[in-house]
Amino acid sequence: MSARVRTATATAAVPVLWRSTLALAAALWALIATCLLPAHATTIERVVSPGGIEAWLVHETAVPLVVVDFAFAGGAVQDPLGKSGTAGLVASLLNDGVGDFDSKTFHERLERKAIELNFNADREAIRGSLRTLAENRDEAFDDLRLALTAPRFDAPDVELNRAQIMSLLRRQSTSPGDIANLRWWETAFAGHPYGRPINGTLDTMSSITIPDLKAYVRRVLARDNLKIAVVGDIDADAVKGMLDKVFGSLPAKSELTPIAAVSPQGIGRRVMVNLDVPQTVIDFGGAGIARKDPDFMTAYLVNTILGGGEFFARLYQEVREKRGLVYSVNDNLVWLDHTALYLGSTATRDDRTGQTLDLIEKEIHRLAEEGPTADELAKAKAYLSSSFALNLDTSNKIASLLVQLQVDDLGIDYVTRRPAMIAGITLADARRVAKRLYDGGILETVVGKPAGVASTNAN
Amino acid sequence: MTKISIAAAALAATVAGALPAAAAPNVSDFTLANGLEMVVIPDHRAPVVTHMVWYKVGAADETPGKSGLAHFLEHLMFKGTTKNPGSTFSQEVDEIGGQENAFTASDYTGFYQRVPREHLKEMMAFEADRMTGLVLTDDVVRPELNVVLEEQNMRVANNPSARLGIQMDAALYLNHPYGRPVIGWRHEIETLTRDDALAFYRRFYTPNNAIVVIAGDVTADEVRSDAEETYAKVTQRAEIGPRVRPKEPAPEGPRTVTLADPRVEQPNLTRNYLVPSETSAKPGESEVLDVLAHVLGTGADSRLYRTLVVDKGMALNAGAYYSGTALDYAKFGVYGTPKPGVSLQQVETAIDAVLADVASHGVTADELDSAKNRLIADAAYAQDNQAQLARWYGAALACGETVAMVEQWPDHIRAVTVDQVQQAARQWLDIRRSVTGYLVKGLQSEEKRS
Repeated sequence: MSARVRTATATAAVPVLWRSTLALAAALWALIATCLLPAHATTIERVVSPGGIEAWLVHETAVPLVVVDFAFAGGAVQDPLGKSGTAGLVASLLNDGVGDFDSKTFHERLERKAIELNFNADREAIRGSLRTLAENRDEAFDDLRLALTAPRFDAPDVELNRAQIMSLLRRQSTSPGDIANLRWWETAFAGHPYGRPINGTLDTMSSITIPDLKAYVRRVLARDNLKIAVVGDIDADAVKGMLDKVFGSLPAKSELTPIAAVSPQGIGRRVMVNLDVPQTVIDFGGAGIARKDPDFMTAYLVNTILGGGEFFARLYQEVREKRGLVYSVNDNLVWLDHTALYLGSTATRDDRTGQTLDLIEKEIHRLAEEGPTADELAKAKAYLSSSFALNLDTSNKIASLLVQLQVDDLGIDYVTRRPAMIAGITLADARRVAKRLYDGGILETVVGKPAGVASTNAN
Repeated sequence: MTKISIAAAALAATVAGALPAAAAPNVSDFTLANGLEMVVIPDHRAPVVTHMVWYKVGAADETPGKSGLAHFLEHLMFKGTTKNPGSTFSQEVDEIGGQENAFTASDYTGFYQRVPREHLKEMMAFEADRMTGLVLTDDVVRPELNVVLEEQNMRVANNPSARLGIQMDAALYLNHPYGRPVIGWRHEIETLTRDDALAFYRRFYTPNNAIVVIAGDVTADEVRSDAEETYAKVTQRAEIGPRVRPKEPAPEGPRTVTLADPRVEQPNLTRNYLVPSETSAKPGESEVLDVLAHVLGTGADSRLYRTLVVDKGMALNAGAYYSGTALDYAKFGVYGTPKPGVSLQQVETAIDAVLADVASHGVTADELDSAKNRLIADAAYAQDNQAQLARWYGAALACGETVAMVEQWPDHIRAVTVDQVQQAARQWLDIRRSVTGYLVKGLQSEEKRS
């Protein structure tokens, strides 16, 4: 999960995220958990090609573009031991040299037709997204096919991308937000692939070879671990043709290393990292509830009440609105294939760090003990029921949702079932699940030079 | 960051004109009797609207000594009115599942909600109410000042690169208030009061100083009729004169700023040139700068990236940008990030050689065509995002452009010639007009770390 950072868009602009930057990340995850497509897009078609490849399609002709999003299960957890960052390096190279085109020629070709082709690796998937004007779609599909089936991994491209990632790692090494996040995962999942940094370390990045990259592609870019979504000005028949053409020559089966189920460790600890910065960054979280658990939607609702980033959220009210301790505070549910979490973040002045930590802990415990009020429950239900359609305002966002619904195996009718799931949540459910979710203790990572705050062991 | 701003200027402008008539949004623009300008951008794909209010006031309109006031007031605008006390407005947006936010820049301050279409009129009523009805007490002002100080910590104090950017702006603008950071100087933010905020509010927040932009599943007629019952009832409360700020003198010498911080692990070089904005440029001139920035430095296929990163292998990144949406001046920037073992001076020399080559030999017809195609193709993509459309129209209009200027943008892009691009490089990329910023690793501070 990455925080989407909003950047200035005008001369010296300070776009003021008066709620918070992380609220945007929360919104994205909200897409995943809650779904009611806008009226124009209610028809999600399941399309299966003659070659047996499936995609979910929203056919929308109002805008002359086509978006294809897809995910290969795998991601950073499939990096070989000691070679963390392999998936990320592969993803960064898939739109460089392909087939007969070297990197320079391929970029020129994409640019000339304004074809956008991007890949990234997260913990559990290699994700890709293609956006093209409808009139250029055949060329774009060809480009995508080449990227997936004939990446070149030319040595100069590999070295450049490696150097760019290592530059990022060096920058992250003194960035309090990155340190807090990396340390949290490293502590919670010591010895497990989830504990390894997605982009690797300077050491592991140095050790990755071109054969490693090719081996990763062979193991992970396959058809049996692939989910595809298509949105835009293209009909089902054309999608079928595209699916076989683009994805048909991938190997039928992936060779994924099994990953063990795991619960976060270090719960109850506070891990302090000293860094000379004026504002201390805090990450906090604990064990969550699995996506397939019958309590998941209730947990999602309860977490929205704690720290979902909306105005009514308790952390927003208590930490920011009433006391002005922070600019941004929120937490999200995180669900992975083999674990589940709640995980939040905030930042405050060094001399107010202790007070902020105490307040967050108090609010988490209070919600565990007392549960939400009837009023909070009603507000959160109203919000979750209606916010989803609003979040789906671009083809890219719709495509991204359709991929995630498939990854989470929620069924094509999930969007129609979801409103009733929310409506059916009672106050008793919410209280029970709040206890289940927040009663297990908190792991905190604190990066800065706060007064009077020290590392602790489990308590 | 900079790519976004170029696109923002470009795409806003493209939408109405670059596309086949059938696909182009049918933008309406009208002004109410109280002076409030309204822009309607229909998009009927989903039953949703984006409602934005833009005030033609920003950080560059602050009184010296009160930097950060425009932004502080923006935060305080969420504190309620007599009619809708406290957080009534925000709670309502939450309950209908909507999104809201706000932003401040040098030339404008904006507020928006994205809501189901049936709630548009209600949003208009809320915004009309807080246009003149804000109530502030010290109880809410004091914590919010701390929130803003934490925002300054997050965006600036904790971030060496942002600190360098602020120093560079201060050095680029010798006389114009664009030299002040939008968020304010920290020592001045700390002194801002409720009375400062209210005085600024009464002076600038009035219907005759605002633009409402509505994009989404709505028609101009519906908006007009809803506006009669909401915005039209707000009384003008201030006269708004022309927005005249101190002008820049002719720049006479290049400036440099070096920011050294122990936490800098990746050195970087950025140079900004003082150039005309979309509003202050001669007709067609800013579009030439759009094209020049694209050819020089947008994407892996651009001159700077190819030369420094791919061919010479000396840099990890390189590019250029032009952020043209501003009232008085704009920045044209170039940047480069050296590979380990390469100095900032070597990167600077290589950037200078690329710029000199364009000034001496111009760009190729292929480069020009590719840049134009890309800029114009982006228009189709822009149609896919109504919130972005609303934002682009709003920013342009708040900076003194007109809907017509926005709509002519694609024609101006098509008209750009290789000669004009070369001429622009010669005229504007003059080192005397520039500030170069070096971000470098500094020594550990003396302070003992625990």
